[in-house]
Amino acid sequence: MLNYLQRLGATSLGMFERLGRGSLFFFSILLNIPSVIVRPRLLVAQMYSVGALSFSLIVISGLFVGMVLALQGFYTLSDFGAEGMLGVMVSASLIRELGPVVTALLFAGRAGSALTAEIGLMKATEQLSGMEMMAVDPIARVMAPRFLAGLLSMPILATLFSAVGVLGGYFIGVGLLGIDEGGFWSQMQAKIDFDEDVVNGLIKSVVFGWVVTWIAIFEGHDAIPTSEGVGRATTRTVVHSAFAILLLDFILTALMFGDI
Amino acid sequence: MHISRSMEILVGFFVAIGFVAMFFLSMEVSNLSSVNTEDGYDITASFENIGSLKVRAPVAMAGVNIGRVKSIKFDSETFEAVVTMNIETKYNQLPSDTNASILTAGLLGEQYIGLEPGGEEDVLKNGSVLELTQSAVVLEQLIGQFLFNSDSE
Repeated sequence: MLNYLQRLGATSLGMFERLGRGSLFFFSILLNIPSVIVRPRLLVAQMYSVGALSFSLIVISGLFVGMVLALQGFYTLSDFGAEGMLGVMVSASLIRELGPVVTALLFAGRAGSALTAEIGLMKATEQLSGMEMMAVDPIARVMAPRFLAGLLSMPILATLFSAVGVLGGYFIGVGLLGIDEGGFWSQMQAKIDFDEDVVNGLIKSVVFGWVVTWIAIFEGHDAIPTSEGVGRATTRTVVHSAFAILLLDFILTALMFGDI
Repeated sequence: MHISRSMEILVGFFVAIGFVAMFFLSMEVSNLSSVNTEDGYDITASFENIGSLKVRAPVAMAGVNIGRVKSIKFDSETFEAVVTMNIETKYNQLPSDTNASILTAGLLGEQYIGLEPGGEEDVLKNGSVLELTQSAVVLEQLIGQFLFNSDSE
């Protein structure tokens, strides 16, 4: 019994320790962001590996999610004779929820795990301490550009996901299921509000981009510098990111759309 | 990592696609292209019952959207709902005895305000009040009346 309590205490202390270390790490990244703005080429390289390389994954997933939404939505809406609302259903669910959330989950799997593995391996092969030896701050040189790239890429990817998803829904709805094209777009425009839906979706994607990149970089930086430790850190990145995304999504949704 | 020219081009392409997607979402999917709340003039009307009319609901004349509901307030002296509507500037020749009624789009659709032109020479201006209004039809009351009438026969 006592052993059990002791373990519980040790685990929770460890959790708080990691959270505290993570927050301090985040602040030191924030302090080093000006040094990235001075050297934008570092950011471009990271935007390439974090953002541009996730491009095809996001476009293909977005297209299929939009097409599935249209098929499933049609099944329910046709019961009420409200097939014309299909465009509203597809675009509202994509822009408000699925765009930011699914993109963030894919982003954590594609870019987040790569970031953790890369930084963890840098640590394991002592490249980070090598940099420190040469009086180059690894946080300014390695972490801050990656963080900024993740923060900037996520909204772009989420917007892309929603836009491609709406087009996918359009192909299925208008092309395959024969819904009237004019109604599809005009009902969508009448219902989807720019401030209410598009901007809130964008805010969500920025928040998710922040949390995923933060977790990924911190896990890499905090990894035990062995091959096993890096592997574990990569797993933790994906799992913790998924939890954080879904939890934050609930909180943000309750704040943004709770009063409707 | 070596930064090549093609990498920079790809990143530029990526960012540009992001902007195109944002433009598509705001112009084609959302209502940004049809929102112009800055210009236009406000008119108010009092209704006994507005049903489930919401702020930003359309204001239509002859079926064409010419404005939006800007605010809905409750007047505690007359016990009526005061609805402020914003009408687009280009429709500035509505007669001053225009009447407003709350209509429903379709059987279960959302409610909107329908305007019917009157015959006066004067036109509505910013701050004008519509005197002739017709409340929303509340389905429950209608059914109640129907039951009551069929009982008495």
